[in-house]
Amino acid sequence: MAIKVGIVGIGHTRFGNSSEYDLADVMAYAATDALQDAGFLERRREIDQVVVGNMASGMFCHQSGVASSLISRMDMEPVPAELVENGPASGASAIKIGYMAVASGMADIVLVVGGEIMRKVSGWEATDLVATILHSEAEYDMGLTLPAFGGMFTRLYMEKYGLTERDLALLAVKNHRNGAKNMYAHIQAPCTIEAIADGPEAAVVNTYVAEPLRMYSTCPVSDGAAALLLVNMDSPKVRDFKKKPIRIAGIASATDTHCVHNRKDPLRLEAVRLAAEKAYKMADLGPKDISFAELHDAFSILELAISEEVGFFERGKSFLAVRKGETDIDGRLPINTSGGLKSKGHPVGATGVSQAVELVRQLRGEAEEGRQVRNPKYGMSVNFGGFGNNVVALICAKD
Amino acid sequence: MAIDEMEKKLRPPEIPLKPYPPKVITLASGEKMVVREARREETGILLGTIYPLIGVPSDFYDIVAARMYAEVLGWYRYRVANEFVLVGVIDGVIAGIVNSRHVSSKLGMSLHTLAIKRGLRVGAQLFAAKMENHIDVLGEEEVYIVAESPNGFKRWMIEYQLEDRSSQYPEVRSELGGVPTYVLTRKLWDAVREVKCTGTRPVPEKDLKSAEKLIMPSEYVQIPGFKR
Repeated sequence: MAIKVGIVGIGHTRFGNSSEYDLADVMAYAATDALQDAGFLERRREIDQVVVGNMASGMFCHQSGVASSLISRMDMEPVPAELVENGPASGASAIKIGYMAVASGMADIVLVVGGEIMRKVSGWEATDLVATILHSEAEYDMGLTLPAFGGMFTRLYMEKYGLTERDLALLAVKNHRNGAKNMYAHIQAPCTIEAIADGPEAAVVNTYVAEPLRMYSTCPVSDGAAALLLVNMDSPKVRDFKKKPIRIAGIASATDTHCVHNRKDPLRLEAVRLAAEKAYKMADLGPKDISFAELHDAFSILELAISEEVGFFERGKSFLAVRKGETDIDGRLPINTSGGLKSKGHPVGATGVSQAVELVRQLRGEAEEGRQVRNPKYGMSVNFGGFGNNVVALICAKD
Repeated sequence: MAIDEMEKKLRPPEIPLKPYPPKVITLASGEKMVVREARREETGILLGTIYPLIGVPSDFYDIVAARMYAEVLGWYRYRVANEFVLVGVIDGVIAGIVNSRHVSSKLGMSLHTLAIKRGLRVGAQLFAAKMENHIDVLGEEEVYIVAESPNGFKRWMIEYQLEDRSSQYPEVRSELGGVPTYVLTRKLWDAVREVKCTGTRPVPEKDLKSAEKLIMPSEYVQIPGFKR
């Protein structure tokens, strides 16, 4: 019988512009928040392992060794600490490594912290630095960036399934509505369909970023950090925490070709499908059991494509569900209740951990009024590395 | 010499400017921003709006606010020739201010762009309105533009693909201290107008009325904790 792993503490900074602060300080803020939430701040040196998720502090902040730095900021020596890097899925990969440490019996209590400061550089430089996760010769050197892939993927999807730009705008309206109520979101402002799609000024107000992707189909560049405290639920130590654990029912990852052009069908996100299948199997659940989900909408099209790959909707049909409001907070399957990457923001190394924080907040019933899902039992998140080449799926359960 | 005679000597010669026709833009939030010319008698409200930002060093708000304060005061006191000031107004509250100078029938001199409300491209819309006034309303052929912040450089020099005329210094120079001068030509404006400039005219009476009396912002995201 495998060891059960639960989340007993969550922490989060408000995403946005923290470029005046040091990355380790921002991470320490989220970590402190998580330890306080768990009632374990004073006993933090009893933690067995710290796992840090970060994508590119070396490039964004000219800073390395952030795990060690975090330990010192937290006054936690001699707790072991290591860094995990998996591009924009670094956060969820850090959770997975933390999970493995507890599930293997190596550790009973693990602190997972994901963080990124991206706004020390300009938005354009940030786009360039994130693009270094692409294949250096076949993609990056050809001038490709992640928004360029997002645009091409969107165009293909539109041609194949009949998606419109207005459908993408509907996703932005939904996610901004949720994000506006999320105290951690970068952009806490709703947007209207008239302003970004239907009105006479919409084409300029919601300008193209990588046609057909517009500004409101693309996540902002954000700074921030999030943290989780994991615990062995079978250990007597589980009683030392203030809050009842939210169980990690399934966590899995999968990879796909580094070069997108090597995929048989560029519209298929095989790593998403495989990671989700493995997570479902581990949790002994299926897509119909999921109460709500946080999906990696760095570009709005990804919310749709991922929701189909994980089995929530038939291929090419997810945007029809969005039109009907099925993914709204009070819909059949709320998606991106936090505002998603679009509204909450996307500090790349933090995102996977932030998604997990949202799962816990919803499952505990601690989300803000107006964006709390009714009686959720299982929450799922998908954190997307590269352009779908290294993906982590997580399922959390309220037992 | 009578004081008013002296004052006449101090004032620059003015070229009567064609008025900028107001327009309304629905921002992404759904809020209606009326863009209209500010009136000289509104100077007090403009200065009161600009003043708190003089103490904000991030994003170079301090230098932009300080210079705009002086320019608007100069306009009020008749010490700047042919200046115009446009305001973006949401429900009466000033969301942003831009100012500029009409140098001649061929040339405009862009002064400053101050976005007070952030995250809704208020600054971008007001800058575009300013360029619209220079080229489409006042009929100039070129506008000299400089950037005082990386954000400004990205928004104007790069996104508008302005012509870098810094090598032609001192023949081509902005009035803002000899910094590298970039130029928006009519040809460049024609290429970007459709994607950069928007707004509905005429402004519905209700919206126009809402922007009639300017209100100073009570809060600034740039100054946490500020309350007026």
